[in-house]
Amino acid sequence: MRNTNVISVIIILLICTTNSWANTITVCATCVVQTISEGIAKAQVGDTVIVHKGIYKEANIKINKGITLLGKDLPVIDGEKKGEIITIGANNVTLDGFKIINVGVSYTTDYASVRVVNSENFIIQNLELEKLFFGIYLQKSNNGKVLNNKVRGEAVTEFNSGNAIHLWYCKNVEVRGNDVQKVRDGIYLEFSHNIKIIDNLSKNNVRYGLHFMFSNNNYVINNIFETNGAGIALMFSKFMEVENNIIQKNWGTAAYGILLKEVNDANLVNNVFLENTVGITVEGSNRLLYSHNDFTSNGYALKVKGACYDNKIVENNFLYNSFDISYNGRINDNRFNNNFWSNYTGYDLDKNGIGDVPYRPVKLFSYIVNRTPETIILLRSLFIDIIDFSEKVSPVFTPDDLMDKNPKMKIISHDRN
Amino acid sequence: MLKILKYSFYDLMRSRWSYVYFLFYLLLGVVLLFLNNDLSKAVITLMNVIIILVPLIGTIFGVMYYYNSREFTELLLAQPVKRSSIFLGQYLGVATSLSMSLVIGLGFPFVFYGIFNSSAIWDFSLLLITGAFLTFIFTALAFVIALSNENKIKGFGYAILLWLFMAVIYDGLFLMSLLYFEDYPLDKFSLGATMLNPVDLSRVLILLKLDISALLGYTGAVFQKFFGTNFGLILSFVMLVCWVIIPTFFIWRIAKKKDF
Repeated sequence: MRNTNVISVIIILLICTTNSWANTITVCATCVVQTISEGIAKAQVGDTVIVHKGIYKEANIKINKGITLLGKDLPVIDGEKKGEIITIGANNVTLDGFKIINVGVSYTTDYASVRVVNSENFIIQNLELEKLFFGIYLQKSNNGKVLNNKVRGEAVTEFNSGNAIHLWYCKNVEVRGNDVQKVRDGIYLEFSHNIKIIDNLSKNNVRYGLHFMFSNNNYVINNIFETNGAGIALMFSKFMEVENNIIQKNWGTAAYGILLKEVNDANLVNNVFLENTVGITVEGSNRLLYSHNDFTSNGYALKVKGACYDNKIVENNFLYNSFDISYNGRINDNRFNNNFWSNYTGYDLDKNGIGDVPYRPVKLFSYIVNRTPETIILLRSLFIDIIDFSEKVSPVFTPDDLMDKNPKMKIISHDRN
Repeated sequence: MLKILKYSFYDLMRSRWSYVYFLFYLLLGVVLLFLNNDLSKAVITLMNVIIILVPLIGTIFGVMYYYNSREFTELLLAQPVKRSSIFLGQYLGVATSLSMSLVIGLGFPFVFYGIFNSSAIWDFSLLLITGAFLTFIFTALAFVIALSNENKIKGFGYAILLWLFMAVIYDGLFLMSLLYFEDYPLDKFSLGATMLNPVDLSRVLILLKLDISALLGYTGAVFQKFFGTNFGLILSFVMLVCWVIIPTFFIWRIAKKKDF
């Protein structure tokens, strides 16, 4: 008797609890609930709203309780350019599997396809965003995930387009596996810390592939940045890890692979820079480590603009760049060591794999071009080759101590996993 | 004149030097393509060769031919032939055979490699056209020098000095003036200075056609804006044609007055 009592109590308890977190509300054109807003209104905290395939012409959908909004077979939410489409303002919300189109464009309000405001533990995944202004806009929200979303913008100019994934005052967010193309900035972070940006593809964006402002302790790993105005722009940030990224084909008169401005204590390791006008341009950045990067076929591999101290440039490959390093000053406090330079012409008599003659990566011509940009028109002239050669033999204008004392004789094979 | 042109031309076609020159370019083209496997990169390397070697060979060959065929020229002068047609015929014969060696020698390997199916076809034809222009320009200059100097050593000296000036010293002076006047806007000046030297003009024309032009930054943009338009392109070709016509005119004038 006692046993059955206990069992029945347990069963009742189980039923109650399952009831409280596993309610499912279905939304479709022929169901009782026909709009997403209605479905959300009927749901309790912890419920799942399943939206079936179809086109839902709704804007200003507000999710203000911790529910899961799940799209089956990619339903389309058409905002009809009326403004923002989904706004999340509660903790523990999951948004999964929608195609969201036609966000309103405004010059006074940043309308977004999905906006998350003051929320924790959100998951936003498998969305396809098209015809957008801002894509996924996270605002003062922490501990969330933005996974596997696909964004296709139609941005042409900077002033009337928005960013695909925008983080403002966020912490501990994981941005993984997203594919963002043709927007202003692919991923944008401002005052956001401890963000992990992993396995994303950011391509054909009007301004930057990835843009940091005042954001510290972030990780950028295994991403691809291709044909953007600049691959990554890191500004006014500290303690960053940039690893295993491929940054390529950012080519144009004002294009960079990575733009570093006032960045301190960052590590740039194992990245590939391929065919950028400027691989990395650095200004006012100290205590940076550049190692095991490949700089291949760039216009400039590394352009140092000044006020950069105590940086280490070790064990990188500099291959077939028009200019390896450009420097505009005669003071050097940065250490170059153990790099491989394809332009190195020295020898290795003791066969230890390290050249016996130091390599001077700054050509006189790049120094002249820094002083008077118009002189670039003499690029590839015989005269320039002659003065470069004489400067190499006995440096007069370029910093005396700017050299790689132990240049590698063979290309370095990096341990990339 | 046509007869003399034809004679000079066939004479050169039979001579060993034309073949050497032709084979040199043929080999260069084959090796470049073999090593590079990339048409547009091969075009860049070729540019370096063309803007330095073509003027040098044009100058040396022009001077050499004039001095070598001097006796024959004197024989011709005894005949009832117009002076201008003798010298212009010789000049055109040399210049044509040299540019033919260049165009065919480089053209062959690239055609077999499939330049017609490549996007580099326009860059490549521009390269060949400027190469041919440079041959005509520097051969004409060489003839002017040879005609005004009886002394062979002096003639050769001036010819090499001319090449050195155009290929190297001019750029040095150009660079110095750019650095000296760096506080002033220099776009117009650098455009002008580039237009005045055929070697620089060819170099910039080819560079701007290639991908590398993005590297030229702001200055490059100014140049691109100028040379990218039809007006700029036509003007630069007019400039190259002027560089051919003016020395040719001098050949004609000196030949008319010269005492043999």
